[in-house]
Amino acid sequence: MKPAIRAILIWAVLGGAIAVPMAVAMTSPLLAWRDPIYIGAGVAGVVALALILVQPLLAGGYLPGLPLRRGRHVHRWTGSLLVAAVVAHVAGLWLTSPPDVIDALLFTSPTPFSAWGVVAMWALFAAALLAGLRWPLRIRPRFWRLGHSALVAVVVLGSVAHAMLVEGTMGTASKAVLCVLALMATAKALIDLRAWVLVRRLRS
Amino acid sequence: MIPHPITRRRLLVAGAATAGAALVTGGSGLFAPARAQGVAPTPTMRGGSNNYRPGAPIVDRIGGGGFWMTGRVRRAGDGAPLQGVRIQIWAHTTEGHERDPHSHGATLTGADGVFRLEMPQIVPAFGQPHGHLAYDGDGEPFQTVFLRPVMPRASDTTLHADFVLQPA
Repeated sequence: MKPAIRAILIWAVLGGAIAVPMAVAMTSPLLAWRDPIYIGAGVAGVVALALILVQPLLAGGYLPGLPLRRGRHVHRWTGSLLVAAVVAHVAGLWLTSPPDVIDALLFTSPTPFSAWGVVAMWALFAAALLAGLRWPLRIRPRFWRLGHSALVAVVVLGSVAHAMLVEGTMGTASKAVLCVLALMATAKALIDLRAWVLVRRLRS
Repeated sequence: MIPHPITRRRLLVAGAATAGAALVTGGSGLFAPARAQGVAPTPTMRGGSNNYRPGAPIVDRIGGGGFWMTGRVRRAGDGAPLQGVRIQIWAHTTEGHERDPHSHGATLTGADGVFRLEMPQIVPAFGQPHGHLAYDGDGEPFQTVFLRPVMPRASDTTLHADFVLQPA
């Protein structure tokens, strides 16, 4: 396949995988019975799930036009965006129904998906914190690689379980496709980068 | 008169009837000790009290209606139906969020312990289509119970929740 066609295909699949569930969520009948803050909280959750698919693609340098070095650069920015999206998601839900969010954060919620979401959230914060402190604290490459990889694996698994169990605004089919792609992209990136190898051998 | 030979179907029907009878008698034997202990009180459900508003008024209907919340209130132990018990009901509906005062209303049980309150259609919120019910034991003869039943399908137009109350 010609590189140009391949590039267009990859971007088109990624765009579709994100745009379709987003469109379904934005046209959900449930929105008619939600106030703007609750709607915003839901959208922030969908954006976060979309970014969870984008992150491993950037980290692995799989996106045409964004090879490893440039991909990693964008990965840091989208990572910050992902943290912001999750904060907006939780904050919006908190404003909508404080006791439900407190239950979730304390792991006393009646809904099983809450715990998955909260575990994924803390793992995400830890992964981002590790990335932010990597250079200031001169964290050793072997610890950084293993730590960040293990944490993001928890983020992806927790988020997928969270999203699939929620009866929300996203369509089941488009949500499932987005989740499967996120799992596949994460697995490919971790395998390709040999995330479990303690010494960093990759030069980009 | 046509004779009745033992056909396969006849044999199966007879067998099923015998098995059913055995199950019923066996079952009642199994549950006898539980009955002796009496009807167990309903425990409060996780998240049941979320967005509760103490003292929500007794209403004929919450909002425009179209959805029915039903249930029965009985006494722990002997299982006697309790009349005149105040049950508060609230949910995220087509007419408001759980925290909105107009999403709340209370009703009283009849002589048979049954309550029935019409309310707007419950819609999925916080990941599940669910309702909330409360028996507030503050200054009352029974202990407080909060319930949070989940609808099997979001399209359901009724939801049922029973209370068995423990004397305070």
